[in-house]
Amino acid sequence: MLSINNLHANVDGKEILKGINLEIKTGEVHAIMGPNGSGKSTLANVLTGNKSYEVTNGNVLFEGKNLLDMNPETRAREGMFLAFQYPIEIPGISNATFLKTALNEIRKYNNFPELTPKEFLDRIKDKTKILGLDDTLISRAVNVGFSGGEKKRNEIFQMLMLEPKFILLDETDSGLDIDALRIVSNGVNIYRNPNNAFLVVTHYQRLLNYIQPDFVHVLSKGRIIKSGGKELALELEEKGYDWIKTEEFEIENA
Amino acid sequence: MNNMEHKSANEWYISRFKLFEDKLNGQSKSFLHDIRKNALTSLAELSFPTNRNEEWKYTNVAPILKHNFIPAMISTVPKFQKEEIKPFLFKDFDYHLMVFVNGLFAEELSEIGNLPKGVVVDGLNRITKNNPDSISKYINNLSKIDNAFNALNTAYSYDGLVVIVPDGTILEKPIQVLYLNSSKDDLVLSLPRNLIVTGKNSQVSVITNYRGFGDKIYFSNIITEVYAGENAIVDLYKIQNENDESYHIEKMQAIQKQNSVFNHYNITFGGAIVRNDINTLHDDQNIETHYYGLYLAHGKQHVDNHTFVDHAKPNCMSNELYKGILDDNSRGVFNGKIIVRRDAQKTNAYQQNKTILLSKTATIDTKPQLEIFADDVKCSHGATVGHLDDTSEFYIRSRGVPQELAKSMLIRAFANDVIDTVKIEPLKEQINHMIFEHLHRVEIENEK
Repeated sequence: MLSINNLHANVDGKEILKGINLEIKTGEVHAIMGPNGSGKSTLANVLTGNKSYEVTNGNVLFEGKNLLDMNPETRAREGMFLAFQYPIEIPGISNATFLKTALNEIRKYNNFPELTPKEFLDRIKDKTKILGLDDTLISRAVNVGFSGGEKKRNEIFQMLMLEPKFILLDETDSGLDIDALRIVSNGVNIYRNPNNAFLVVTHYQRLLNYIQPDFVHVLSKGRIIKSGGKELALELEEKGYDWIKTEEFEIENA
Repeated sequence: MNNMEHKSANEWYISRFKLFEDKLNGQSKSFLHDIRKNALTSLAELSFPTNRNEEWKYTNVAPILKHNFIPAMISTVPKFQKEEIKPFLFKDFDYHLMVFVNGLFAEELSEIGNLPKGVVVDGLNRITKNNPDSISKYINNLSKIDNAFNALNTAYSYDGLVVIVPDGTILEKPIQVLYLNSSKDDLVLSLPRNLIVTGKNSQVSVITNYRGFGDKIYFSNIITEVYAGENAIVDLYKIQNENDESYHIEKMQAIQKQNSVFNHYNITFGGAIVRNDINTLHDDQNIETHYYGLYLAHGKQHVDNHTFVDHAKPNCMSNELYKGILDDNSRGVFNGKIIVRRDAQKTNAYQQNKTILLSKTATIDTKPQLEIFADDVKCSHGATVGHLDDTSEFYIRSRGVPQELAKSMLIRAFANDVIDTVKIEPLKEQINHMIFEHLHRVEIENEK
């Protein structure tokens, strides 16, 4: 589904990603872990087309298409979704307006008819129920007056509404208490199926207790320095990141 | 060739006065006519402001003065059918309707309907004839002539909105006042002279709606006087959408009495050169004043808002929020003056001006002007100038929404805290609609 080849990217002229290679197949859940400043969020932003991040080398294929040539809205319509680490507040625009606009743009692009008002409302009811959200949420302005946890839940709600194929979760667990973490993870697990794929970006292993990854990659200084199964996450939790750094150091000096 | 002698704007308007006077048909005996004649003397003495005048530093009125506008009274007044004015009206709520064409009361287009006992909603000319005592102590007393524009309005003062609300009376429905300006023949000068007087414990809401019809250049030069009696609540909305080639200058002067609340909403869409002077004097204690402003400009529009709250008495509060969205080569000016006089202890005065520039060539000059002479006060002011936020735009686009629509959402989001203060719910969505229409941008409408 997604194939990242030798990806390099700069932020403010400084190279953050230094050659990422990653292959994600349909039905898989990958986790990217790493210390602060390793480039995790940069990867998520580059993949979704944030223009503050400059790609200097490499390419990314999304279902065979050149992802880096697409603007952010086209990537979304092709089926990409980023659950933001810091969701944005949009006063004066209701969640209903926001989601209906987005959904219809995505459907138009994929040659589907617009949802009828009833279909739209039914979908809202369905999805709010999964996340234990009050359905009055829909008439409130996007993220305005939401707590950190509510904002994260709203990201997952948007994911369920828009039904993307490839989902990036950027530090979705940060700022969540254990109950909210369960609800959010449950939303993700319900949506997870053989036809979609996830890339979970996280600093802590905690989230991966609830969203079990098929593969875990360790990102350090802009490169993936170790990959493994879900047991790698546990190992990181136990030993921290330092042992890998040491290992890497040894490899480099071998 | 018989060259016309170059005349100054003052001379031009003074020279037309005789024609105006002839049209008054014996009404030259009224109290108003004495005021006019004094103003005519002022017009001869005062010059129109130039950039050398600190109050007009950023606004050049020379383009207005180079035209010889014809005061509406001595020009032909176009006729409209009721159906024709409908598209200009704010709808989906009940209101008393007053219509002025080029500043002159159009009784046949107005629908005042039933009013509570003692309430007057009428044209100035009719009141001057029928009940001059009800207004003589207010007209030109609440507002003094500051400059030649004020003198010009006053010298030719003839018609305009008059609202008088007696003690203890509440108008449930707002008054919508349509000022439709248009001319086929002349460059017309529209000179509404408005007066709103509210008694003790009264309440009224007035929506002034300035619109242009046709594309001929015209000039609206307005004075509005407001008297908010003890414990009165007065909401005055100004929604100005003149045509983009016209000129628009208004001086609004309010005087508030004890415990009164005055909410002024000033929303600017139209006009090539626009100047608003919004002044309020606190003439007693426990007064509240709110100024809400939103200005949208594109092309070469120039919009200047000068606001002033005169905290002359203790225990009063004022709060001001002005926001601008400027596109293309437009220019905004904001000057927010607050004076807290020596006696005005326990004053709370807040002011904010925020502007978003949508192009690299739009500009804003913003200046808070706080003069505080009392020591026990809380005052704050802030001004910000910026662009639409890239991260927010990215967030919206990452959901599949195209860039133009994402920008429209952010424009709406920016205007939201001003629009949200509008108390008449259907008016909010109609103002939002006008924002996108005016900026020629894709509209974003909220789901019902």
